[in-house]
Amino acid sequence: MPVHTDRTYDQQLGQLRTAVLEMGGLVEEQIGQAIRALIGRDAALARATIARDDTVNRFDVEIDDLCLKLLALHQPAARDLRLITTALKITTDLERVGDLARHIAERAVELAADLPIKPYIDIPRMADLARDMLHRSLDAFVQEDPELALGVCGSDDEIDKLHEQLFRELLSFMAEDPRTVSRAMRLLFVSKSLERVGDHATNIAEMVIFMVKGRMIRHLDTVPRDLN
Amino acid sequence: MLARTFSRVRPRASAPATDAAVKIAVRELTVHYGSTLALDDIALDVPAHRVTALIGPSGCGKSTFLRCLNRMNDHLPGARVGGQVTIDGDPVYDPAVDPVALRKRVGMVFQKSNPFPKSIFDNVAFGPRIHGERDPVRLREIVERTLHQAALWDEVRDRLDRSALELSGGQQQRLCIARALAVGPEVLLMDEPASALDPIATAKIEELIHELKAAYTIVIVTHNMQQAARVSDLTAYFYLGRLIEVGPTERLFTNPDRPETEDYITGRFG
Repeated sequence: MPVHTDRTYDQQLGQLRTAVLEMGGLVEEQIGQAIRALIGRDAALARATIARDDTVNRFDVEIDDLCLKLLALHQPAARDLRLITTALKITTDLERVGDLARHIAERAVELAADLPIKPYIDIPRMADLARDMLHRSLDAFVQEDPELALGVCGSDDEIDKLHEQLFRELLSFMAEDPRTVSRAMRLLFVSKSLERVGDHATNIAEMVIFMVKGRMIRHLDTVPRDLN
Repeated sequence: MLARTFSRVRPRASAPATDAAVKIAVRELTVHYGSTLALDDIALDVPAHRVTALIGPSGCGKSTFLRCLNRMNDHLPGARVGGQVTIDGDPVYDPAVDPVALRKRVGMVFQKSNPFPKSIFDNVAFGPRIHGERDPVRLREIVERTLHQAALWDEVRDRLDRSALELSGGQQQRLCIARALAVGPEVLLMDEPASALDPIATAKIEELIHELKAAYTIVIVTHNMQQAARVSDLTAYFYLGRLIEVGPTERLFTNPDRPETEDYITGRFG
């Protein structure tokens, strides 16, 4: 693609892409760290994760600022306009994922003192899936690859199923032994958070498709099979 | 549908991007200035009661195209026009067509406001008088109505006999719009009508364009892409004498079909 006649504008759009990516990387790391803290019953690591949420929030504000500046000063059109509106929306999703990581870390702090009610199997799987979806949606953003993004939209079902499964399992724990209720409820919050991360990754992927193709596929009943 | 029409390298005919009836149909329009090809095989449908904006870099042929619609190119030495232009089906380039009568149907407003060194009243009454209107009551009605239409009446109602040259630039431009409207055209061609005006005067002209399209079909040439985005329903992008893409303004500025259009409207040019 030819560069802008106005080089500063080009540089600022580049900065915007980089900032979104950095924020995405950080948020992905936050989820991983929160889950590690949960599984390793590492309260210190969980607290560090909670503290780092501030950095995520700062990214959110800075990226919004940059987008507003670009909109006000350059009257962007076409793909530039779509990049900026996508960045605005993606950062909202990333900021929420950051919040979810913090919620998981808070539960990890609470759960660190007690023995786990069961070995964690589904939760790490969900976390891996969620991080993978997030990672792929951000890759799709950098590479402007709508097919990759479409793949992300298709993988949300798996996390949803795991969440359902875990929900039923934890329910049976609670029914059998009321002493597990508080721990099981906390794990359920963690599971719900991971399920939400998958939803946010899907939102990001949908916005990437809009950014590249100019087509909105949000809120369709079914994920389109292809984009042509 | 548009995507299919314009995926070819050389668009032949544009589907009207709105459901409005076609007012002006242009087919295979070619213009030479001497040996220079200024417009190359243009096909475009201009919808009635809509604003069509022509954009593109200097020398792309957008003004030439505009001037073809009321045969303003006839007077340029060495200009040759080929192809068909019809207004409501009436051929514009038929030898039997009287260009003066044509320009009564297709009025024009220029980049630089050009009021006559006469009173405000006489400027607006000029056209109707040329076309034989002598009745002072009727002339007064026309002047008042068109000054209203041009959103100038309230500013000049008590000084119609003063020289038009005393008006501000923005007022002069609206006076020229009133003058163009006074002969009762169907189509209004505007060549950079606000490029010499300050932002407030520009906003007034743009507001006026919004209002006028209920009664007229408007074609506007502008270098200001934000202006095209603000005022038009349909935007046509010209480059090197060719019509590259035409489509609903909203789509063209958010998701154009052609990479050339994309590069131009995002400022990646040259």
